Amino acid sequence: MSEKFTGSKKYVATEDLMIAVNAAVTLEKPLLIKGEPGTGKTMLAEEMARALGKPLIEWHIKSTTKAAQGLYEYDAVARLRDSQLGDEKVNDISNYIVKGKLWETFLSEEQPILLIDEIDKADVEFPNDLLRELDRMEFFVYETKKLIKANNKPIIIITSNNEKELPDAFLRRCFFHYIAFPDKETMIEIINVHFPKIKKKLINEALECFFELREIPGLKKKPTTSELLDWIKLLVAEDIPPEALREKDTQKAIPKLYGALLKNEQDMHLFERLVFLSRRNSAN
Amino acid sequence: MLTKFFDDLRHADIPVSITEYLMLLRALEKNIITIDLDNFYYLARSCLIKDEKHFDRFDLVFSNYIEGNELTIEKILESIPLEWLENPDVLQLSEEEKKLIESLGGLEKLLEEFRKRLEEQTKKHKGGNKWIGTAGRSPFGSKGFNPEGVKIGDHQNGQKTAVKVWDRRVYKNLDENIELGTRNIKVALRQLRRLARHGIKDQLDLDNTISSTAKNGGFLDLKLEAEKTNSIKILLFLDVGGSMDPYIRLTEQLFSAAKSEFKYLEYYYFHNFIYESLWKDNSMRMNSRVPTTEIINTFNSNYKVFFVGDATMSPYEIGSVGGSVEHWNEEAGFTWISRMLKNFPKAVWLNPQPIQYWNSIQSITMVKEIFSERMFPLTTDGLANAVNVLRR
Repeated sequence: MSEKFTGSKKYVATEDLMIAVNAAVTLEKPLLIKGEPGTGKTMLAEEMARALGKPLIEWHIKSTTKAAQGLYEYDAVARLRDSQLGDEKVNDISNYIVKGKLWETFLSEEQPILLIDEIDKADVEFPNDLLRELDRMEFFVYETKKLIKANNKPIIIITSNNEKELPDAFLRRCFFHYIAFPDKETMIEIINVHFPKIKKKLINEALECFFELREIPGLKKKPTTSELLDWIKLLVAEDIPPEALREKDTQKAIPKLYGALLKNEQDMHLFERLVFLSRRNSAN
Repeated sequence: MLTKFFDDLRHADIPVSITEYLMLLRALEKNIITIDLDNFYYLARSCLIKDEKHFDRFDLVFSNYIEGNELTIEKILESIPLEWLENPDVLQLSEEEKKLIESLGGLEKLLEEFRKRLEEQTKKHKGGNKWIGTAGRSPFGSKGFNPEGVKIGDHQNGQKTAVKVWDRRVYKNLDENIELGTRNIKVALRQLRRLARHGIKDQLDLDNTISSTAKNGGFLDLKLEAEKTNSIKILLFLDVGGSMDPYIRLTEQLFSAAKSEFKYLEYYYFHNFIYESLWKDNSMRMNSRVPTTEIINTFNSNYKVFFVGDATMSPYEIGSVGGSVEHWNEEAGFTWISRMLKNFPKAVWLNPQPIQYWNSIQSITMVKEIFSERMFPLTTDGLANAVNVLRR
């Protein structure tokens, strides 16, 4: 293999992630990525495309997405309409075949990266319907009786949020990586990559707040890397001094701009109540 | 010896297949990693494990395997092909897998190739690559994989501490035997879905429209159909009070998940066991009771039924007339539950008590018997199994 993925200017890849990525690339198998929301699953594909200099094709999956839509769709209604109007186009069925993302990927001149994003959103049978296509990198268009083959076997990155169990037969064909929540050192690296000019002190204070917040029991949605980055972006933009984050036992114990970290009402209330309690305790 | 590792994994109930094993061997062959034990661990995990809930078990097996054998990575790799050649029957290949091996040029050839490759590799490594520990000394000592012992040099962004990744067992709380949150419950319950078309016909039925248009001589004849909805019907019977108090949160989660997942969901409460009446509202439990016969008559056998309770009580409460702790019951609990099970053949009992206590509590074994073993622990695994039984 010519080039290896070792992270990029904007993406810190841990050792285990690099091994999984490179193994998948070398053996031409799909790589399945799981992890808490906001730990950079989707970003991995984007950054891989940038680092390896390959085109990226994104296929975002919704609950209504069918596997066949990734291959092609036969627009029967348009053809029906044209036939009613006596349009010439109607005689050639290929005029009504709409190419899907997978077809697009197969046509690519150089080896592309295909991101199948949030595969667990689709129907339970969705991954099964793609088995052959991903295995052999070819499919058959029944309407035109043509076999479509990949020009270059794409690198396939699949992300999942664990909302559904994926079928075994599908898993067998993939490499798997679980993006664990980064520890403090990795987190500092990640922040440095995103905010190269940030003051050390602010990082430390912010991280302390952040990890404390994550440890509050009963939070519905724990803040993750992407929320932390948003928050720091705000802190930098508002030019908030590191000292302001530390005022733990004063009246202003709620960290500044924490709306970027907590995303739902119950969590906010829970947090405010805890802060209120701790303030009252320290007053006594 | 790597086959033994593979075997160990299977013994630990981790679903690994020969396909994945071959994938790992091919990955080793392709020289993706500079071979040291850490990288091997990551690669093996990525190839063999497909769900983070199994990471912890994988770590345990890996740790035991390495420790028990006092192995070095060299030893592991050198030993694979021999072991394989000596008793390839160990592998128990399926037809499909055999074909796969054939397509790779036959097992023998594959192994031969692999062995050659490995020999080259060991030589290369002895030549220069930096191994764990210092050169010349065995990196692992006699009890080398003491969690605190091995120091790993030359890492750019890997481990900061000397404790091995697999011995840290960071994935401990992802094991599926822990109790579940609503999300997991919903996913498990969703397996029960039966989609059927109900209600107003407001979606275009394309296939039907096309064929009837064709029949109509090419003039449009629109056909509509109703939207697909989940038509499964669920009955929940929940034990409340007394010994169930510690499990209230768990039961709540199950209840809320079920409520949002099913359109046809009915629920009733009971205390300890089923007798002649149940209730729907805990604050009114003394005043507004529903006779059990009424429930049996109202709902038909299409309903799938979950009983949720710890089934922990005195055996009299199940077997005897007048055994209830709350009132005088004219008929034994056993009689009532039998009536219900007769009417609802699709029924399971979910028990929040940890499974290891079941055999030591007499009433649990009794209930289990009444339910012909269809009692499951209230965990993700248990719920999935229960759902499987109900789907049959």
